Amino acid sequence: MDYSQFWALKQEIGLLLVFLLVFLYDTFMPRKSLKGTAWVSIAAFLVFTVIGFFDCNTCNITSAFAGMYVTSPVIAAIKNILNVGVLIVLLQSVKWTSTEEISVRRGEFYELLFVTLFGMYLMISSRHFLLFIIGLESASLPLAAMVAFDKKRYESHEAAIKYILTAVVSSAVFMLGLSFVYGLTGSLYFSEIYGVLSSQSSMMLVLALAFVMAGIGFKLSLVPFHLWTADVYQGAPTNVTSYLSVISKGAAAFAFLVILVQAFGQVYSQVWEWMLYALIILTITIGNLFAMRQRNMKRFLAFSSVSQAGYIMLGIIGMNATGMASLMYYVLVYVFSNLAAFGVIGAIENNTGLVSMDDYKGLYKTNPRLSVAMMLAMFSLAGIPPFAGFFSKFFIFTSAIQQGSIAIYILVLIALINTIISLYYYLLVVKAMFISQDDCKVGTFRSSCPERLALWVTVGGILLLGIASPVYNYLLTISEGTVMAFMY
Amino acid sequence: MESTMPILILALPLLTFLVLGLLGKYMKHGTAGAIGTASMGVTLTLAYITAFTYFFSGSPAFINTVGERLQSVIFNVTWLQFTPDVFDAAGNLVKAGLAIKLGFLLDPISAMMLVVITTISFMVHLYSNGYMRDHDGTPERGFQRFFAYLSLFSFSMLGLVVATNIFQMYIFWELVGASSYLLIGFYFTKPSAVSASKKAFIVTRFADLGFLIGILVLSFYTGTFNFTDLTSTAVEGMTDTYQVNIGTAEWIKNIFATSAAPIFMGGSVMTWALVLIFMGGMGKSAMMPLHIWLPDAMEGPTPVSALIHAATMVVAGVYLVARLFPLYLMETTALDIVTVVGALTALYAAMVACAQLDIKRVLAFSTISQIAFMMVSLGVARPEHHHAVGYMASMFHLFTHAMFKALLFLGAGAIIHAVGTNDYTGMHGLRKYMPITHVTFLIGCLAIAGIIPFAGFFSKDEILTAVFSHSLYWYLWMSIVAGLTAFYMFRLYFLIFWWKDHKVTGHHAPKDQPWTMTLPLVFLAIMSVISGFFPFGDLVTWNGHPMYKSMSVLTNLEQLNWFVASVSLVTALLGIGLAWIMYKNENPLPSRMRQFMPKLWDWCRNRFYFDELYMFITHKIIFNGICRPIAWFDRHIIDGSMDGLASITNKASESIKGLQSGNVQQYVLAYVAGAILLGLITALCVL
Repeated sequence: MDYSQFWALKQEIGLLLVFLLVFLYDTFMPRKSLKGTAWVSIAAFLVFTVIGFFDCNTCNITSAFAGMYVTSPVIAAIKNILNVGVLIVLLQSVKWTSTEEISVRRGEFYELLFVTLFGMYLMISSRHFLLFIIGLESASLPLAAMVAFDKKRYESHEAAIKYILTAVVSSAVFMLGLSFVYGLTGSLYFSEIYGVLSSQSSMMLVLALAFVMAGIGFKLSLVPFHLWTADVYQGAPTNVTSYLSVISKGAAAFAFLVILVQAFGQVYSQVWEWMLYALIILTITIGNLFAMRQRNMKRFLAFSSVSQAGYIMLGIIGMNATGMASLMYYVLVYVFSNLAAFGVIGAIENNTGLVSMDDYKGLYKTNPRLSVAMMLAMFSLAGIPPFAGFFSKFFIFTSAIQQGSIAIYILVLIALINTIISLYYYLLVVKAMFISQDDCKVGTFRSSCPERLALWVTVGGILLLGIASPVYNYLLTISEGTVMAFMY
Repeated sequence: MESTMPILILALPLLTFLVLGLLGKYMKHGTAGAIGTASMGVTLTLAYITAFTYFFSGSPAFINTVGERLQSVIFNVTWLQFTPDVFDAAGNLVKAGLAIKLGFLLDPISAMMLVVITTISFMVHLYSNGYMRDHDGTPERGFQRFFAYLSLFSFSMLGLVVATNIFQMYIFWELVGASSYLLIGFYFTKPSAVSASKKAFIVTRFADLGFLIGILVLSFYTGTFNFTDLTSTAVEGMTDTYQVNIGTAEWIKNIFATSAAPIFMGGSVMTWALVLIFMGGMGKSAMMPLHIWLPDAMEGPTPVSALIHAATMVVAGVYLVARLFPLYLMETTALDIVTVVGALTALYAAMVACAQLDIKRVLAFSTISQIAFMMVSLGVARPEHHHAVGYMASMFHLFTHAMFKALLFLGAGAIIHAVGTNDYTGMHGLRKYMPITHVTFLIGCLAIAGIIPFAGFFSKDEILTAVFSHSLYWYLWMSIVAGLTAFYMFRLYFLIFWWKDHKVTGHHAPKDQPWTMTLPLVFLAIMSVISGFFPFGDLVTWNGHPMYKSMSVLTNLEQLNWFVASVSLVTALLGIGLAWIMYKNENPLPSRMRQFMPKLWDWCRNRFYFDELYMFITHKIIFNGICRPIAWFDRHIIDGSMDGLASITNKASESIKGLQSGNVQQYVLAYVAGAILLGLITALCVL
């Protein structure tokens, strides 16, 4: 066996080392110094992230283990985007993990988090469905434990049960779909499936694809596979929710693109084009309609993230370099915007325990900085220029429109109308914070240092990412490079 | 050339704007003024060094071996990439995609404009330190805000002139418009200032609509925004260095000819694109009939009028045409339109200026008339006539005009500040009270009238030479305007400083203003004398090719066309003489003249009723005929459909809320059913 191919997995191995370090520190260090776990994790992960950034410019398209595993500049870039998001989540959760209840189990939170991230890495990099399922499961199951982390809260348990039940069903459906695929093609390699499936369409293939889509649609919470989302987001501890809504979703979106294009790209127009259209329209519209009515901030963001997932899917349609670049860019911007929103919600919840939109009335008077951060996050999520969210929406619409059929124009039109609807509920929050004259239930407080740091980073991202064109241009360049080689 | 200095030229004013705008209210007034002025001083130094390096360093990036000046792209960053660049298999660039870049283009005209803008801006900054205070030296309200706006304007204007592509120019073009709007409306408690600022913004925005359409048409057919791609070819063996080349413009013209672009209303698409772009220039440069905003813009503080509405922003239209000049050469129809518009405006504005009572309005109309001179000069420039002398003359006049018109405005500001009124019926006989202002103002008047050896003489002479070689008819026309210029300027001068003794009202007699205000006057007066000797023919020509072999202080004198020069001198002296007879001392001649031709007086006094015409068109025709139906449509159809959409959304949202029951069994059911239905429905559709 050629051991040098392990070198291709350097990002996974690095993550594993971070995990081991935290695990060993948490297990063997004296109880007194366990307060440091959070900072050890952050420091180790920061080093890992920075190394990943420098590494990613040089790496080529490499495959290992008989083509089961692939890495490329694009894959490294999406992993880096996830890393940045995880880093922000880690900063935001420092305060929460040092509360009395949680602090005894603090190490587990970080360990579980790194394990799920490892699973996501595998999902992104695998080019064989077996490896993919290993990634998918290790990204799903530990998450249930994280959702249930708040032992004493009833909702936390309920959420975990709901999550694990739905996850199990979705895995079953997904694997059923895969067995159909295996039956049709006799292989689980993406490339071989791609080769065999040229221009055939049968009832079995259609069902198989529907099941595969349902399986990943669960991770992405596409309608109608999204029903768990609101309950789980609401019940889970806020930091877990933000991890779930941003990192897990970003990884799944990219994996979805890879599977659809690399394995099933041949039957795009015959089979899954229309499925994708239907899922996108349903997801954006239903997500929006539900988001309008929510008064709980976490449920509200849950439905907003459902509808955002629909926009992310638009990047798949083009099946070209701009689509891929705009999808990655959308995920990147979404990471910053959503984490800014969750950062504010988490800070307020940690300090006062309030999560209702009504409690946010008049927040500007008591906590002006948090309000401005929240406002920027809402503007960015809604896609108001000149914030980053506008550009990500712009690019993703542009890439979809390049496909050029009438159906696409209608689809984009529906998406645009939905953007207007989404503006309504995003602005509801801003209105509550800035315009409402009521006395605020949230008193003035100063959030902790890591929380503020995380907010500064996210706000900086929202303000700069749209204007700093090199980011998108870099993503476009590497996407073009990989599309030509047809290996992403 | 290093890109640090150019970046600083743009970054410093922007930074100053941010600092003064955000932190100004925590500063003392004097500090804010000092920061703004000092920062502009540094920018001025950097711009001078840059321009000097460009013109005189002899670096191969700026001048080639035969002495032709080149265009040099100092830096150019991609801001938005619309379509990707196309590479061949070896990784070489085949075709650049459509992208918007932001950069810094150094060529003769942009280097010259750097000097003009920073000089005038610095002088105005310095002057404002004195002007924006009352007689006791107490700063006006919003002192810091004023300096912040000045910095914003300087940034925008510098960004405009160094733009590497037409889209960047458009961005900064709008920024200039916005900062002009802010500065005209600086006294926002005064209703007339507010309506003037709105008028300026709306009229120029209307013109910019044409500009934008022109840009879109041009870039649609040519696939590029870059000036260097439109008008120049790359110099071999150099990076980012280009030479203006008529061949490229021909190539662009062929694109239009071969791409089956339709003829629209008798003009080719390229003509239309260029005319639409010129329309943007007409708005900014206040050409008839889009000139109506400029006289009203005088509501702003006088330093602003000097900086924006005399020296820099209003010549942006001239600069725009000069920038795209090779393209205009390809479509002489467009150039003829430029000539006609310019000539009509020149005469019109000069006539109106003879009948105004407000000192700043006279100067405003004189500005319009002088810019029209520059436009005419560009319009008649052809390479076959003395190497397109009109182009050089236009830029030359732009330069000298900036100096003496800023001088006149700042002088007027000093007078207004001392007397407390804009109306010169309340001035008269000020020469004894304000000697420095008097002398410098006189120099300005001599310069604009075109008396040798003041700056205006040389530049106007070049313009008249260019017009003369193009057409005798326009030459006569423009000579009459030149005579009128001398007349109305000296009418103004005599009425302010002579006519009769000054009647002192209020507690103190008018006197010369503090050094911050007189120093700029003296400096600009010196410039108004010496800038006529700058050898523009060797520095600024349309394709960088020097016009004369030698370059010395006396070049301009040696190259004079003595026939044109003497005719223009005689006309100028006639104008001044007439003004002398009529206005030197108090006499009944002016009122007798008025009664002699009352109609003409009324029309000139009321600016040919242009504002009334606009009022009639907008209020009676556009409001009633177009706006009311549209408003009805908007209120009932558009709003109605939006309200409908909102209520449908709301109802839909209400009706489906039961789907989210919280019951996990139901979730799983929905999940599985959803997956199967997705498959079945797709199967029904595709199979």
